[in-house]
Amino acid sequence: MPRLGDRVLKVRSKNAGPFWVTVDVFCGTPDAFEQVRHELRTEAVAALFQQPSQLVKRFDIAELNVIKFSFPRPVVQGARTDRDMHGAQWAILLAEFLAEFLVRP
Amino acid sequence: MSTRVLVPTGALGITFDRAALARGIAAKPDIIAVDGGSTDSGPFSLGSGTSKYSRAATKSEWRDLMLARAEAAVPLVIGTSGTCGTDATVDWMFEITRELASELGQHLKVARLYSSQSPARVAMALAAGQITPLSPAPDISAEALGAMSNIVALAGAEQVQAALATGADIVIAGRTTDTAIISALPLARGDHAGAAWHGAKIGECGALCTTNPTGGVILLEFDREGFTVEPLVENACCTPHSVSAHMLYENSDPFILYEPGGHLDVTCARYDALDARRVRVTGSRWVPGRYTVKLEGATLAGYQTSILAVLRDPHYVAHAQKWADELHAFLACQIAQRMDLDDDAYSLEFRLIGMNSALGHMENRSGEPVEVGILGLITAPTAEMAEEIGKLINPYVLHYPLTKDEELPTFAFPYSPAQSERGPLYEFALNHAMELDHPMQVFRLDVSEVGHA
Repeated sequence: MPRLGDRVLKVRSKNAGPFWVTVDVFCGTPDAFEQVRHELRTEAVAALFQQPSQLVKRFDIAELNVIKFSFPRPVVQGARTDRDMHGAQWAILLAEFLAEFLVRP
Repeated sequence: MSTRVLVPTGALGITFDRAALARGIAAKPDIIAVDGGSTDSGPFSLGSGTSKYSRAATKSEWRDLMLARAEAAVPLVIGTSGTCGTDATVDWMFEITRELASELGQHLKVARLYSSQSPARVAMALAAGQITPLSPAPDISAEALGAMSNIVALAGAEQVQAALATGADIVIAGRTTDTAIISALPLARGDHAGAAWHGAKIGECGALCTTNPTGGVILLEFDREGFTVEPLVENACCTPHSVSAHMLYENSDPFILYEPGGHLDVTCARYDALDARRVRVTGSRWVPGRYTVKLEGATLAGYQTSILAVLRDPHYVAHAQKWADELHAFLACQIAQRMDLDDDAYSLEFRLIGMNSALGHMENRSGEPVEVGILGLITAPTAEMAEEIGKLINPYVLHYPLTKDEELPTFAFPYSPAQSERGPLYEFALNHAMELDHPMQVFRLDVSEVGHA
């Protein structure tokens, strides 16, 4: 089963300050961007990161062929129960997202 | 008139290309600006008021920048000195500067810009309704503020300009926004405000906005309409993509950036390649607003001891989660019985390395690891209690059996003692903005002469 990461150039994540994390999907080409833009639902991404979807900000940036998601960190950076100080491994969850969950428009 | 800002690296302490720095000096910059910190690596630096980077690395890089400054005869500015930008780390950086001035035979005027805030001062602003929570913000009170080990306010361009206006050769700034040390001079000289902030954001991580992020050094040139960005490392290029994509980096919103006194809006910005290496940016907009500064604070949240064991026995690897859960329940009883501690008096957590230690309950994959690391994290109100719990649980982490009738297992401890003191645990405790009557209201400047007369 193809995964999202196989269809795009790169998925990366990082803290945006101690209270937010942001995930960038670099689609690489306008075709991939258009396809992923329509198939990747914000609700599905929110569910993957176990966040309420109304907290997830989404930016579809055609000029860069990038889809960006930002949401408040469920655990503040460096708090006792934080497991990933930089939030950089979160991207892997989205990169491994199975294409079967991508919804056709 | 244009203003050239040389940015040697994204952060002092992670090195930069010396040949590229020399090219930067040859390009006759008007100022050299370098960032000295960020919240990137977590709350410890702010909580403890210490630098994350080694003094030796900081001093050797600062030496090269002080030499470059002397050659260029322009001001050198460091923002967020010593990772967190507290008064203590400003003084740490000042001490390094003073040593180097003597060693290099330089005579310098040094301005220190202090950003630390007293809890009482912030509590007063809170009572006066001058503190606004950002989203999401921890709850605060005068008591919570009083418990914070350090509070800093993020200075903007105006405070850096005030420091530069003293005629200082070197400005050692406490906490500033990442952008303020770059935007300050172009703004003071009347360059385009949107361009000044936008260029500062593009350049704040050094060469991260180029195709070769490792070299560090870039040159930003600001004018009345826009800015141009150019990498100084050989085989590095700035492309419209590499430059505009940097707005995504560590930004929750790639188009809007809040700063003291307003916000930057790059929705209508144009990125044009001037040639294969340089990019010209126009159309960025600065929208003035209330004069607020962001606050950062850290609170001591206890002391930690950690313990690490490795399971290699395939039977234990296959049942690692069950084993850890049962061990945890057993240890809670032992700690209650022998130390007379309820489980809300401390915290004990096991993370299973090889299974889900990075993502926790978000992890949705499972496999058959060869081995599983058991990382035990103990957090307690005192270091002594955390250490005592670590010692108490040590033999059970080593020998706890899955079933009662089996021979006692012994897992792999990588070192002796198996438990390690981690010291204090700090947590970020502020995500708020404070309204000011004027930019210097809560910042302080100190100017002194150092080195040989």
